[in-house]
Amino acid sequence: MPGVSLTINDKKVRVPAGTTILEAARELNITIPTLCHDKRLSPFGACRLCVVEVRGRKNLPAACVTPVEEGMTVLTESPAVVEARRTIIELLLANHPLDCLTCEKSGNCRLQDYAYRYGVKRTPFEGTRDQLPLDDNNPFIIRDPNKCILCGKCVRACQEIRGQAVLGFAFRGPATRVVPPLDVSLGESDCVFCQNCVAVCPTGALRDKYLAGKGRWWEFQPEAVTCPFCANGCHFYLLRKEGKVVAVAAGGAAPGRPMCLRGRLALTLIFCEEPPQPQIKTEKGFAAVSWTEALGLEELAGKLWPK
Amino acid sequence: MGRILVCAGTGCVASHSRQVTARLKAALHAHHLEERFQVDNTGCHGFCEQGPLVIIEPEGILYCRVREEDVEAIVTEHLEQGRLVERLLYQDPVTKEKIAAYNQIKFYRQQSRHVLKNCGHINPENIDAYLAVEGYQGLKKALALPREEVINIIKESGLRGRGGAGFPTGLKWEYTFKAPGDRKYVVCNADEGDPGAFMDRSVLEGDPHAVLEGMLIAAYAIGAREGYIYVRAEYPLAVQRLRIALAQARERGFCGERILGTDFSCELYIREGAGAFVCGEETALLASIQGERGMPRPRPPFPARQGLWGQPTNINNVETYANVPLILRRGAGWYASLGTEKSKGTKIFALTGKVKNTGLVEVPMGITLREIIFNIGGGILEDRGFKAVQIGGPSGGCLPAEHLDLPVDYDSLTAAGAMMGSGGLVVMDDSTCMVEVARFFLNFTQAESCGKCTPCREGIQQMLAILTRITRGQGREGDLEQLERLARVIKGTALCGLGQTAPNPVLSTLRYFRAEYEAHIRDHRCPAKSCRELLTYHIDPDKCNGCTRCRRRCPAGAISGEAREPHTIDLELCARCGTCLDLCRQKAIYVE
Repeated sequence: MPGVSLTINDKKVRVPAGTTILEAARELNITIPTLCHDKRLSPFGACRLCVVEVRGRKNLPAACVTPVEEGMTVLTESPAVVEARRTIIELLLANHPLDCLTCEKSGNCRLQDYAYRYGVKRTPFEGTRDQLPLDDNNPFIIRDPNKCILCGKCVRACQEIRGQAVLGFAFRGPATRVVPPLDVSLGESDCVFCQNCVAVCPTGALRDKYLAGKGRWWEFQPEAVTCPFCANGCHFYLLRKEGKVVAVAAGGAAPGRPMCLRGRLALTLIFCEEPPQPQIKTEKGFAAVSWTEALGLEELAGKLWPK
Repeated sequence: MGRILVCAGTGCVASHSRQVTARLKAALHAHHLEERFQVDNTGCHGFCEQGPLVIIEPEGILYCRVREEDVEAIVTEHLEQGRLVERLLYQDPVTKEKIAAYNQIKFYRQQSRHVLKNCGHINPENIDAYLAVEGYQGLKKALALPREEVINIIKESGLRGRGGAGFPTGLKWEYTFKAPGDRKYVVCNADEGDPGAFMDRSVLEGDPHAVLEGMLIAAYAIGAREGYIYVRAEYPLAVQRLRIALAQARERGFCGERILGTDFSCELYIREGAGAFVCGEETALLASIQGERGMPRPRPPFPARQGLWGQPTNINNVETYANVPLILRRGAGWYASLGTEKSKGTKIFALTGKVKNTGLVEVPMGITLREIIFNIGGGILEDRGFKAVQIGGPSGGCLPAEHLDLPVDYDSLTAAGAMMGSGGLVVMDDSTCMVEVARFFLNFTQAESCGKCTPCREGIQQMLAILTRITRGQGREGDLEQLERLARVIKGTALCGLGQTAPNPVLSTLRYFRAEYEAHIRDHRCPAKSCRELLTYHIDPDKCNGCTRCRRRCPAGAISGEAREPHTIDLELCARCGTCLDLCRQKAIYVE
């Protein structure tokens, strides 16, 4: 078989040329932590949590963007790697509100998972922990810039999956933030609330507003469903709590097609015990509308039930 | 016919050289000397501190710091009566001797000016001036050779990238040449951002055609038909001269369709940067040219395979391209005879700081730091003690006196904990606090981090916070270990060169001046007496005559004492402003 042979943590593996170290490690069931990586999105290499040691290299390359080379020897949990990962987690926590007790994302947060995995109980660093205002003047998404770790997944999801490019990076250095154009709120921006960004956010920076207060992640029994409203088949999760479906969470877009608001709303209408009143964006803000209008079915409804 | 060359580089323009030019022209007219003398502007001589500079040719007499009022004296005394205007001549800072001839000044005499040869001697806005000094002969020669042969010449010359990392230029060209793709690009990195470095600006302002010629040769060699010059918008004069040069080169058929009547066509464009330091990093630069946010991306793929618009792209910086026509004209063998085994040719340094002669210095690779600082630079200002030299800009390191005899080449500098970088050389005397120096450079890099990768964005911020605490006397046990850990992680894991090299100022000062850090943390003392929060002001009762000057003027009201009795300073109230120190005629006030 043509390909590249390498050794990861003393285990040999043969993978096709062009494979990344991260993918090769997955072949061996070796989990390398990642925050900014998502195989559906373009390679970014920003969080640096996936760094590994490669024998003979001075630096620690990021596994998610480094292609394998013949004869490479990789260590994924060497002392240098663990030191780097711990330091990176500590650095992120220095500017992260540590309110896991009440954070909606708790239990489903990558940052929390990795802090646990590497035993980071507290950070020796004093960050600025800016108190940026919460962006929640829309019915669908809560954007908490204080919890953003700038992994850029939402930026790429918005641009690459949806083609919307509402989210982008602004400012420089420690002041860098992810913002809609001109730093307006999501409600004022061209956001269509597809929730592709929410689905990829590894922390509590982007959250489904409808989920707020509905329960903790470990109380839900998520059931994966495929959206039946078009031929593409995006992924959603029905979140059951005590047997009742309390919410529909965005899972991920189908290849070649972004998840859409319509699909999510329709699923919510079908499966949720208490579906929320849909809202539509007008020039004056969001206004409650009927489900028929929200789903764009007035013409059909008019034919079925003529007045 | 005599020529009067007035420098019109940014430094001299800022000190009113344009007015000097205008006044000279008017005076020549008034004295009916227009037939005998012609006034011309040149680019930067790299001796900006002495500007505005005026050179009278053919004798090559240099007048320094020429003001408008001095023009009359130059015209009446020098031009009419053939007498030197003594007071405007350059004075050697060491021997105090007045030196008339440009080429006799030690600052210039000890340099090997090849790349800078035309800077300050030809009019950069006139292509004929460039053609008169063998301009575009290198391109002509290259176009007569097969592409592979041009690449071979560059490889044999041993030229390495002058942007900092020192990658072999010929090899880079070869990779781009061999990369699959029928659309290829050449890009010139003119986003010179290191504080204090201005060699690229000087070349662009003083000899823009050399850069264009270098780019065109590269374009021919790799098979590119288009190129971009990414230049800082903060260099308006350089941009203007480039535009003029480009228009003239197009008009004369050196650029554009069917260059010099051959099948080779190449168009060059200018792109102005928006002032981000990180855009000097090649992948961020390419993103910026494409209209995206200037953020680096992981490599591979390297630009040689996938660069601008995803196509094979050769990126070199200004100084690298400016070397290329020379190599073509004078041959790879000649070029390789300059410099050391692994670092060939010359390098331009921007010599600044506490040194007598400041300015641009072009020297062969392998020269020692001592020669640059003490011979060309004339030694330390006020003959104070040499403490360190910061080399390589914010990514470089500080080298102490024991490294003064280090040969300046890529590999020796890196081994010593510094780097060539773009060639900034900041000389520091014994009044410089090395902790403060490290803090200063990290303050720059943290603000200029693009914010993409965690170690750079968050880590440098934390290193800066620790350094700031130390310089304020709030250092803690364990701070140095914390700094070292952060430096190790940032260096090892950051995405691009900016982050990977940002800890260098801290690491090199910790390596050579650790005791100074410890004095700040443990004894709350700044040995260089520079960190304000750590200083205490005292009055020597034996010297104080109770004149009350300091007491009356102390803004904090911290000084007390009866007239004609020794005064005292209340350290609780003292704001450490130093007013008393400046006022005291008895030199009774001292700092600890």
